[in-house]
Amino acid sequence: MEPRPPAIELRGLARHFGERAALERVSVLVPAGATLAVLGRNGAGKSTLLRILATLLRPQAGELAIFGEPLPRRAFAVRGRLGLLGHDPLLYRDLTGRENLRYHADLHHTRHDRIEEVLEAVQMRDRADDPVRTLSRGMTQRLAVCRAVLHSPELLLLDEPRASLDPGAGELIEPLIGRSAKATRVITSHDPKAALAEADLVLGLRGGRPAFVTEPGNVTDVQLKELYA
Amino acid sequence: MRTVGTILRKDLRLELRTLETVPAMVLFSVATFVIFHFALDRATIAGQLAAGILTATLLFASMLAVNRLFVAEREQGGFDGFLLAPVDRTSLLIAKAAALFLFLVVLEVIAVPAFALLLLGPSIGPPLGGLVVVLLLADVALAVIGTLVSAIAIHTRARDLIGPIIGLPLLIPALIATARGAGPLLVAHGASFPQGKWLAILALYDLVFALLAYAVFDYLLED
Repeated sequence: MEPRPPAIELRGLARHFGERAALERVSVLVPAGATLAVLGRNGAGKSTLLRILATLLRPQAGELAIFGEPLPRRAFAVRGRLGLLGHDPLLYRDLTGRENLRYHADLHHTRHDRIEEVLEAVQMRDRADDPVRTLSRGMTQRLAVCRAVLHSPELLLLDEPRASLDPGAGELIEPLIGRSAKATRVITSHDPKAALAEADLVLGLRGGRPAFVTEPGNVTDVQLKELYA
Repeated sequence: MRTVGTILRKDLRLELRTLETVPAMVLFSVATFVIFHFALDRATIAGQLAAGILTATLLFASMLAVNRLFVAEREQGGFDGFLLAPVDRTSLLIAKAAALFLFLVVLEVIAVPAFALLLLGPSIGPPLGGLVVVLLLADVALAVIGTLVSAIAIHTRARDLIGPIIGLPLLIPALIATARGAGPLLVAHGASFPQGKWLAILALYDLVFALLAYAVFDYLLED
């Protein structure tokens, strides 16, 4: 049997916006099933990294492979295997939650009974027929979680996944995007303590450059302080 | 084709719910006919003048839809949602062009009778079949070029300006062929079917731009 390729392999990844370097020389290897926490201040490059991993942005230098498939050349081969939960819920405001999920289920060739499963999991079945624009930010985020996991992705890219959620809602989404989801995860967070608690590997970004790549137990308070200074 | 159907259903549902595009196109067209009615100071018009006014009005009205075609994708994350799915990107082009085509057909179902009522002298009845053929071929050109232009314009800050600036010059050949094809139909006791050469020009124009759009659309979705 061939060994399983790492879920994510980055070597010297770089991305610029005009003259500003959003990411530079980022290298990291994430085994399948592991959780990578990406830490850093606002503008450190966390969201850019997630968008590159999601195949939505092209890197301008370096090498990147997801599940052994080199990107961006083989992006089509990994798109159906990843789920992105970003700042934007990627839901149409004038459609209902259920209509949005049906649309995404059809795009991902996913059976429709899965929609009821995920809605039930986040306790949104009662409000699923309301237009998204009428829902609170927290409810919209719960629907966005449903959208991201609808097709049972093997790689979850989670940008501040618990933003706008109260503790109860945070617990509801845990089986879908937490460790028990059994997916490889990349999580960005402004709460380093919470991110470290669920990570197997930590990437600290400062100004788009890696400040450290290590296991969570090796991250010192001094390193964290410097990262957010 | 399943993906095209999925996106098209979503777009039609959004339009039915928000009524942001088609009513605006209809109101614009009817208002334009009323303005021409008074500005020309003539009770009725016919022939090439009538065909020109009808075609130009529909062309300008279509720009309202072109400007709005990708707004929900841009502002509500529809592009990212689509790009994350394991589907052929061309399906977005076909679905959007189909949606625009249907918007234009609905517009014409209302605007052409309104034009006949407000401006046209000869009866619209006898040449209606021929007029429908010309307008449907023109709609394909508007839908394909409109979708292409809209996909370019949506990534710019001045998208409401870029759409017409790029789209209108590209559509001039289609405008000429449509107006010339429809002109002889809108004359009292005129032709009942347009000349074949204008239909052929429109069909060729549709084909060329459909192939061009197919070739470049993927690149318009890149970051």
